[in-house]
Amino acid sequence: MSKKLLSGPYLVWMIGFTVIPLILIVYYGLTDRAGAFTLANVVSIATAEHAKALWLSLGLSFVSTLICLLLAYPLAMILRKRGVGKGSFVVFIFILPMWMNFLLRTLAWQTLLERNGVINGILTALRLPTQSLINTPGAIVLGMVYNFLPFMVLPIYNVLCKIDDNTINAAHDLGANFWQTLLLIWFPLSVPGIISGVTMVFVPALTTFVISNLLGGSKILLIGNVIEQEFTRGSNWHLGSGLSLVLMIFILASMALIAKYDKNGEGSAF
Amino acid sequence: MSSLIDLINVSKSFDGTLVLDDLNLSVKENTFVTLLGPSGCGKTTTLRIIGGFERADAGKVIFDGQDISNLPPNKRQLNTVFQKYALFTHMNIAENIAFGLKIKNKPKSYIQDKIKYALKLVNLDGYENRGVDSLSGGQQQRIAIARAIVNEPRVLLLDEPLGALDLKLRQDMQYELIRLKNELGITFIYVTHDQEEALTMSDTIVVMNQGYIQQMGTPEQIYNEPENAFVADFIGESNILHGTMIRDELVEIFGAKFPCVDKGFGTNSPVDVVIRPEDIDLVSPEEGSLKGVCTHLIFKGVHYEMEVTTPDGFEWLVHSTDMCPVGKEVGIHVDPFDIQIMNKPASEDEEAVGVNE
Amino acid sequence: MKKTKDSFKKMVENFYLTLIMVFLYAPIATLMVLSFSNSKSRTQWGGFTLRWYGEMFESATIMNALQNTLVIAFASALLATVIGTAAAIAINSMEPFPKTVIMGITNIPMLNADIVTGISLMLAFIAFGISLGFKTILIAHITFNIPYVILSVMPKLKQTNKSVYEAAMDLGASPVYAFFKVVFPDILPGVLSGFLLAFTMSLDDFIITHFTKGAGINTLSTLIYSEVRRGIKPSMYALSTIIFVTVLVLLIITNFAPHKKQESR
Repeated sequence: MSKKLLSGPYLVWMIGFTVIPLILIVYYGLTDRAGAFTLANVVSIATAEHAKALWLSLGLSFVSTLICLLLAYPLAMILRKRGVGKGSFVVFIFILPMWMNFLLRTLAWQTLLERNGVINGILTALRLPTQSLINTPGAIVLGMVYNFLPFMVLPIYNVLCKIDDNTINAAHDLGANFWQTLLLIWFPLSVPGIISGVTMVFVPALTTFVISNLLGGSKILLIGNVIEQEFTRGSNWHLGSGLSLVLMIFILASMALIAKYDKNGEGSAF
Repeated sequence: MSSLIDLINVSKSFDGTLVLDDLNLSVKENTFVTLLGPSGCGKTTTLRIIGGFERADAGKVIFDGQDISNLPPNKRQLNTVFQKYALFTHMNIAENIAFGLKIKNKPKSYIQDKIKYALKLVNLDGYENRGVDSLSGGQQQRIAIARAIVNEPRVLLLDEPLGALDLKLRQDMQYELIRLKNELGITFIYVTHDQEEALTMSDTIVVMNQGYIQQMGTPEQIYNEPENAFVADFIGESNILHGTMIRDELVEIFGAKFPCVDKGFGTNSPVDVVIRPEDIDLVSPEEGSLKGVCTHLIFKGVHYEMEVTTPDGFEWLVHSTDMCPVGKEVGIHVDPFDIQIMNKPASEDEEAVGVNE
Repeated sequence: MKKTKDSFKKMVENFYLTLIMVFLYAPIATLMVLSFSNSKSRTQWGGFTLRWYGEMFESATIMNALQNTLVIAFASALLATVIGTAAAIAINSMEPFPKTVIMGITNIPMLNADIVTGISLMLAFIAFGISLGFKTILIAHITFNIPYVILSVMPKLKQTNKSVYEAAMDLGASPVYAFFKVVFPDILPGVLSGFLLAFTMSLDDFIITHFTKGAGINTLSTLIYSEVRRGIKPSMYALSTIIFVTVLVLLIITNFAPHKKQESR
């Protein structure tokens, strides 16, 4: 009995700072300034400006997630082969950037990509024409991939490490070549890791406002930027909350969609 | 009968440690061959080299006259049953068994028939749609065997397949495996560290230690005529003693002369002598070749286990249905054909096994 | 022939590893090099200098932000560890249903987008009438840190052998005494790693802090953000380098020290 009392502080905290805040977002999102119920905030996602931002966010985060997956899977496979044991230094090196301050990583790319940044400086030194690299969708995708790649590598690596060598050997033994083994054994067994990785990349990419702000300039607006501005530039919290609700729906929808493709229900990697 | 698999001068090392040293092994068609030895003796490595999961640093693997040393596992006509079964957990039983056949693009009806046949063979009819996790260890082991044999391999490699099972189940599976081998009429190469398993199932036992083959022969040969102290010590319990071969058919142990049946060890040359504990007869002190005092007695059910200490301090292990109380003086008698003479080991590795302990 | 194929494969793998490594580290390395360059140009090496480090340490804004960051990280990690560990112990002994509900809510801050968590907390603080500032950052950090602590401690609790606790009581220990003498040492590694995880998460956070900090207070993250938007100063490179090296050292300690300890056991 006394053990249950220990959860008291946490339950109070959880209701006060997790549950109530979420209810508040729903409340703000579904009311106008006068406090009357309205769907206007949510529906405003359909306006040209907001819809464009949402589509761009979805597009860029989809591309980034795909690139991350394509880069991370072979990397995780090589790391699994090389990194014997969990304390492996090789693995550590590739996971380390995950713990680097997010802003510093983005700042670093800004330094490289800027009009008079490092890359253009090198191009000039080589007497090549300078490129406009920053403030493009490409720069945003680069920033997303750079920032979130380790989040894709880690869960996939973890789930690959759980696969017994002999399971792979058994597939070879039964006549499967490398590609057949990849398709029939590696992929199905690593689905939980892939799902976890995709979620860990897609959600922050979809909702970011920092990367687009620092690498995309003021002209490219993602849905995250729109929401952030509604709050910090003091305009309309109701509208910002409404758009946040839409964003949450998209996050939940994408998670559900991914989970649907996880036939065996092993996607509970969280 | 010509040999089906030949390992010729195979060597393999991991991180600078030599695991197999210039190994030669020949396996005949339709035999049950067991590689037996303590962990780290190289038996599993040998099996993995045959299976194609490791490549030898030097030497060749010949299969049915063809050099398959560089052939990847998926191109070899043999299948493996792995230590912890290595079933595909994301597939059901039927999908597991069908895996190899699907890879080979066999027709559906053929695959269905094969699954049925294989499940019947391993006594698991009707388990097609069960998940791997719903099976017990013994059942998973049978599925692993079924998955391998539907591909009609000419050789089945088994890597300590019973290691994870409990004693009773292990004994049942031993008979099961013998039956399977006889029904399928193919070659089994079996790896184990369990001497009893090896003696029960094998046509041929290959005793390995430190990357060398110590002895190869039938279970009877291995048990009754161990060629060196290691084999004698590893297979069953035994008394291993220093002796001197006086001349053919006479050996001296601790100053007492024992007639034996071995010849050709020279005269007055040092040898190792193996005497199985059940081959020692306890007689009255006057009748024995050596005198000793019984210092230890345990009832084991089938027999008594006793230790008899002779004046030189050696403790003889004796198994007998006759009981000798602790403290009683007895004589030790051994029939000539129960004494096994071996050459002293040449290498230090073999010496490390320990004689007269 | 097979051997050459193998070594070719290994070469391709090494090439790939190197490529990703360059991709991951070149930008950070560039920052570090620039932090020692006595030139404001990003493309010209102006000779070695520690000038930017000096500027950094003399800047009251940066030092203030550093102090805030460390105090918040430490305090939030500590409080989250206490609340979270207690919660984990209670949750572990709960019936399946309330357990599932609580763990589900616990997962929300980890799965939800940071921007939504940040906004929702900001709305709550204003609704509760708490003015945004140091306090609110601290509460926000504790909120997102508790789940990490719970998720680090829970697996250790599941591993502990219940009979050990019962044996201690059988031998006459009171439940509290038995817990601290017998159970706690077992879950300590989980508690510690939860604390360190929480500490690192707090150090690293920008988005939630951004929405809950109010005017007039900065952590390093928010400071960098506002400075960067005004144009990068070399002292930011110096700051980056120091943070990078600190986190590196911290991670090496947490990753490799406990590992060694276990081996020597």
